[in-house]
Amino acid sequence: MNLNPTIVGLTIRALFGRRRVLLLLPMPLLLLGITLLGLASSATAADWGPPVLGDLGLGVVLPLTALVVGSSVLGLEIDDGTITHLLTKPLPRQEIILAKLVVAWAVTTVSTAVPLALAALLAGATGLAVGLVVGSAVGALAYTALFLALSLVTKRPVAVGLVYLMLWENLLVKFVDGAKVFSVQQHSVTLADAVAGDSELLVSSVSVVTAVIMAAALTVGGFLLATSRLRSFALTGDTN
Amino acid sequence: MSTVELDAVSRWYGNVVAVNDVTLTLGPGLTGLLGPNGAGKTTVLHLMAGLLAPSQGTLTVDGRPAWRNPDLYRDLGLVTERESVPGFLTGWEFVLASAKLHKLPDADAAARRAMDIVELGDAQYRRLSTYSKGMRQRTRVAAALVHDPGVLLLDEPFNGMDPRQRLHMMELLARMADQGRTILFSSHILEEVEQLSGTVQVIVAGRLAASGDYRHIRRLMTNRPHVFTIQSSNDRLLATVLMGQESVAGVDLDTAAGLQVRASDYGTFTRVLTRLARAENIRLTGVLPSDESLEKVFSYLVTSS
Repeated sequence: MNLNPTIVGLTIRALFGRRRVLLLLPMPLLLLGITLLGLASSATAADWGPPVLGDLGLGVVLPLTALVVGSSVLGLEIDDGTITHLLTKPLPRQEIILAKLVVAWAVTTVSTAVPLALAALLAGATGLAVGLVVGSAVGALAYTALFLALSLVTKRPVAVGLVYLMLWENLLVKFVDGAKVFSVQQHSVTLADAVAGDSELLVSSVSVVTAVIMAAALTVGGFLLATSRLRSFALTGDTN
Repeated sequence: MSTVELDAVSRWYGNVVAVNDVTLTLGPGLTGLLGPNGAGKTTVLHLMAGLLAPSQGTLTVDGRPAWRNPDLYRDLGLVTERESVPGFLTGWEFVLASAKLHKLPDADAAARRAMDIVELGDAQYRRLSTYSKGMRQRTRVAAALVHDPGVLLLDEPFNGMDPRQRLHMMELLARMADQGRTILFSSHILEEVEQLSGTVQVIVAGRLAASGDYRHIRRLMTNRPHVFTIQSSNDRLLATVLMGQESVAGVDLDTAAGLQVRASDYGTFTRVLTRLARAENIRLTGVLPSDESLEKVFSYLVTSS
């Protein structure tokens, strides 16, 4: 299966041609601002590190960015009907999904990993910067695969995605320990922590093996679900 | 030579039946798919284009099922009614992207050729969002033609076009049909079909109502009974003389609006009416054809076929 450069190009232009992409800007800035506040305050890095880098960075900025981007790369085309131009081409459906996923993943990773790495460098933790890049890259892949699939399953991918993030990742994991296994946030925190060499600035809660396997499973699962949904995509439309 | 075959195809959405037991074969040449709004024309086109699964029956293009078969698009082009285009692209970029997505060996030349057919001129280098409806339509036709398909499906291609663009598009379709392509276009306007096509499929309320030569269907339509509401200086006298005419099937005198006349032959009746009125010295103050909605015309076809 090869990467289709035409779809990648069209997707990037569609994504950056819309105002929605501006939504991605405030979150990294907020993250850096809070990091600077943390550095300026008398609190130790161990105090502000976990809430800012883990909870806010990997727990809020990463999933929200992935949600906006992942649900847009194909979802916007479904919404405005331009999807037919793509569907009426002799392209294997997995080729379309792959190109869409690669764009969503790359955009999410860049807009999350860069500010996070910067924050870690500001805190003087070079190893952690590398860990955060790896953690957000893996998390971005699993998240965008899920949200891309979601945009083919429901007409309201953003709403459903938010419910998952709020209820599952932020509420359920607090009460049900097993829920962490299915939380992408936990996977990315764990991997970032492992690469950084068990940094005191991150608190991981699942094992590295579990994180790798589950992130891979969610990515593959999302990809397969999206492909299968696109294969049977029916153009019901508003007219007959 | 490409053929599209529908064998007892039905499609329903929940409890609503959009297409009901349609059997037809589409061969090379130009065919019009005629029917009032909401008759199921778009559903038929989407079924043919593999964008909808038939709920029942089989649909094949060149012997292969259309549904879940992306390979189909190597030889099929579709111009949808919904005219959504990625507005951030220029016309040229849009058609070139289509050629590339088709993985044509020389995408540039193919896009150039398709663009030449629709004659957009310098406008092709402007963004699609700045285009008029007709220009957008022609660009979408170019994109659907870029891979030189044997089957071309167009949903209401003349909607929103001015008369000149319409003529241009009609010539284009006729020329492509002469080259042996299988072309189907849908329309709810009789005259469009009349100018273009010898073969017509009429669809009403999801059913195939009539099928075949346009002239035959046209005759059915002109020969149908017409109802006129007539006001005159002497309704009763007019009713008496009209009843003696062969072109009149019935007269109803007892209406508030005036005289209701059922004419069995439109042409003859309109000529006879004025002659009779003058001979009997009756002044006609109103002659209104009623019953002229297209839906009624089509329903007449359904009951008479």
